[in-house]
Amino acid sequence: MAQWISANPSIFIVALQNHLWLTGVALAAVLLIALPLGLLLTRHRGFANIAIAIVNILRTVPSLALLVIMLPLLGTGFLPSVVALTLYGLPALLLNTYTGLTEVDADIVEAARGQGFSDAQVMTRIEIPLALPVIFAGIRTAAVQIVSAATLAAFIGGGGLGELITAGMANFNFPQLIAGAVAVALLALAVEIAFAGIERLMTRQLRMGAS
Amino acid sequence: MSWTIENYDRLLVALWEHIQLVGVGLAIALAIGLPLGVLSARRPGFALVVLLVSGALYTIPALAIFALLIPYLGLGFWPAIVALVAYALLIIIRNVATGLQEISPDILDAADGMGYGKWRRLFAIELPLALPVIIAGIRITVVTQVSVATVAAFINAGGLGDIIFQGITQDFGEKVVAGAVVTSALAILCDESLRRVELRLRANQAEHA
Repeated sequence: MAQWISANPSIFIVALQNHLWLTGVALAAVLLIALPLGLLLTRHRGFANIAIAIVNILRTVPSLALLVIMLPLLGTGFLPSVVALTLYGLPALLLNTYTGLTEVDADIVEAARGQGFSDAQVMTRIEIPLALPVIFAGIRTAAVQIVSAATLAAFIGGGGLGELITAGMANFNFPQLIAGAVAVALLALAVEIAFAGIERLMTRQLRMGAS
Repeated sequence: MSWTIENYDRLLVALWEHIQLVGVGLAIALAIGLPLGVLSARRPGFALVVLLVSGALYTIPALAIFALLIPYLGLGFWPAIVALVAYALLIIIRNVATGLQEISPDILDAADGMGYGKWRRLFAIELPLALPVIIAGIRITVVTQVSVATVAAFINAGGLGDIIFQGITQDFGEKVVAGAVVTSALAILCDESLRRVELRLRANQAEHA
């Protein structure tokens, strides 16, 4: 595996870059959509029930199915891959944002209002900070799901480390296949461990702030 | 729609293969995961090791696990089953352990006081009370396995992924979509029916409590 990478450094680096790029853009899109939408849903509870029902169905759709359904709609390449990966990561963060915000103790919100906090202040100083651990857990889940599913983008021409696996399989190039598989496995584990570490730091700081 | 209508029998065969993959994978995962879950609930140190190992397995992308198994196990149904079991273990072990730990100590004391032995208490009291949480774990497991089994077609394990990959190779959009839609429908159906089982069990327990 290491031999294949040192013999083909440019192929490996391009695949890795594509993988990170796919994951980064999709995760950014998930953040941009899920955070405001989750907040909006807490203000419109009737609409929230419908949205959550839809998101729960979306969450169940297999990653490969979501990716290949893009083929007739958007064709092959980077864009359809990013759209599919965004849809795949969205439910985890949207549900956690909504749950995190709705679980904030109503008494605390009332107390803040009693002290003369405006709606915007209640949101930015009370609700969002208190919901942050749950929201961040959603970001972590979405990131791990996306980095993992991005492996399958290779099937719709989206590039990434999965391409080393599919090309290795097609050409019976097993060192390439293993290089791709090990690299993507390590990348997924690294993302999981990194986010878990940040999450632990954050909860510790929150606890210190509370005491 | 014409391909789908003319070839519904091929879709049904693929669907049956898919169900076999998930069914066998789930059965083996339960056979391994249930005892490990019980043991984890009793010994926190053991739980930590098991959850760490199964958590790492759960994080590795499906396509990577399939690819890594090729040099050792080759292609086909059984290598796919190995990967499906590896994915299921984390959730089954975690939920069995959580379900058992959530049981009120008063109930366990009462059982001990009535002279229940260790094993009889486990099978007659603990496991039935933990069942809703275990079913919730099975639900997540089955949905994950339906998804992972789609990718198993990459190592010639058959199933609905086969229809999708054939469609991609032949550049035949309808076939791709047919495979993807049936897979998604299977996942949604499994999720919804197991959710209902879980809700009914919880309602029954609340009634008896």
